[in-house]
Amino acid sequence: MIEAVNTLLLLFMCVTAFTIVRQNNLFAVVMLGSVFSLLSAGMFVMLDAVDVAFTEAAVGAGISTILMLGVLSLTKSRERVTFGTPTLPILLVLISGAVLVYSALGMPEFGSADAPIHQHVADRYIEQSGTEVGLPNIVTSVLASYRGFDTLGEVTVIFTAGIGVMLLLGLRRRTTERGAIEEPPAPGEGHMRHHLVLRVTAKLLIPFILLFALYVQFHGDFGPGGGFQAGVIFAAAFVLYALVFGIKNALTVVPEWVTRFLIAAGVLLYAGVGVASLFMGGNYLDYGVLAHEPTHGQHLGILLIEFGVGTTVAAVMITLFLSFARRARKKT
Amino acid sequence: MEMVNDIIVWALLLTGSVFAIIGGIGILRLPDVYTRLHGAGITDTMGAGLILLGLAVHEGFTLITVKLFLIFAFLINTSPVSSHAVANAAHGAGVRPLLDDDLETDKATGSGDPA
Repeated sequence: MIEAVNTLLLLFMCVTAFTIVRQNNLFAVVMLGSVFSLLSAGMFVMLDAVDVAFTEAAVGAGISTILMLGVLSLTKSRERVTFGTPTLPILLVLISGAVLVYSALGMPEFGSADAPIHQHVADRYIEQSGTEVGLPNIVTSVLASYRGFDTLGEVTVIFTAGIGVMLLLGLRRRTTERGAIEEPPAPGEGHMRHHLVLRVTAKLLIPFILLFALYVQFHGDFGPGGGFQAGVIFAAAFVLYALVFGIKNALTVVPEWVTRFLIAAGVLLYAGVGVASLFMGGNYLDYGVLAHEPTHGQHLGILLIEFGVGTTVAAVMITLFLSFARRARKKT
Repeated sequence: MEMVNDIIVWALLLTGSVFAIIGGIGILRLPDVYTRLHGAGITDTMGAGLILLGLAVHEGFTLITVKLFLIFAFLINTSPVSSHAVANAAHGAGVRPLLDDDLETDKATGSGDPA
């Protein structure tokens, strides 16, 4: 049964990938990319990697699709047609594909107990994390505590990406300009009155989306979830607000200086927890020393750094969306 | 009792799947944006709704059923709205619905399908 579902998912993914390659309409490509992400999220669920699936669904199928659509509004929605057969690229793709397939043959069998990744530290995580870190969700223990330094690197990558986009698309404050999406006029006025349904539903949904983001953020210790997913969901609520109510209104809710401040604040909180544990006599990001007993310290440290991750991710996503959306307005 | 439960679950899941398939066929076969929305809408509401109901019956009165109900509440709120938004956007972009007149002319050329 599981094999059948896996095969079907893989088949769908292949069909989607092939259609993406064949498709000239970039709008369709973006939507198919979202479908592909959703399918791979399903694949991760089948592999029991629920946290990864959650991230893939939130980031890959959700917010990155919106950001891609934002990019599309800056450019044309059709791919430039190139003539002639690209012999060299096809040759390169075939060779690298063959190398990948060949090396996959040398990999240990799927799910085999003596695969290298199950030999090294996985036993320690599974057997000891309950007493050492004390969280039911081992993934969170590994991500935030054992591999805390890697995760700090990931957050720094997101931070850098946000800074990069801000530098490329302009830092200047243009809050007085109108947003990319037309501002809704007073209710019941003009042809925009059709958006009443959207406005009402968005108003209804946004509180629940925010609540869900907080749940994902702070329940990440016990179930699937954590800072990355929560940050993206939080940003999604804001993006929805900006799409329906206009960018000008969105900027009064969360002014630009706030998001800019939060981008840095999240990373600083993360790194600061590390420095704090240094000062309290432990190693960098060794949360055990943060409280009177090690597991309590671990809880506190993980809660803080996950909050830092969520803050930075949400702020960066909001900044990315706003940068693209306002740029689109400027061009037209 | 267990068997009755199973039969209900299977019936709901299969009916939901049939609706989803009908929706898929509808999206492929119907002539224009507005009629295709019927296909998209039926997948989201009847298809997903019946499948969720089937899963809820399967789980009985547990926390999972509560979560399934929340998913259902979310779907029932969002999917008609997204259908509405698509139709509204198509109308705003000047997509004209395919009318009887167009079908008449199609029939004259021999390719039309009188609805």
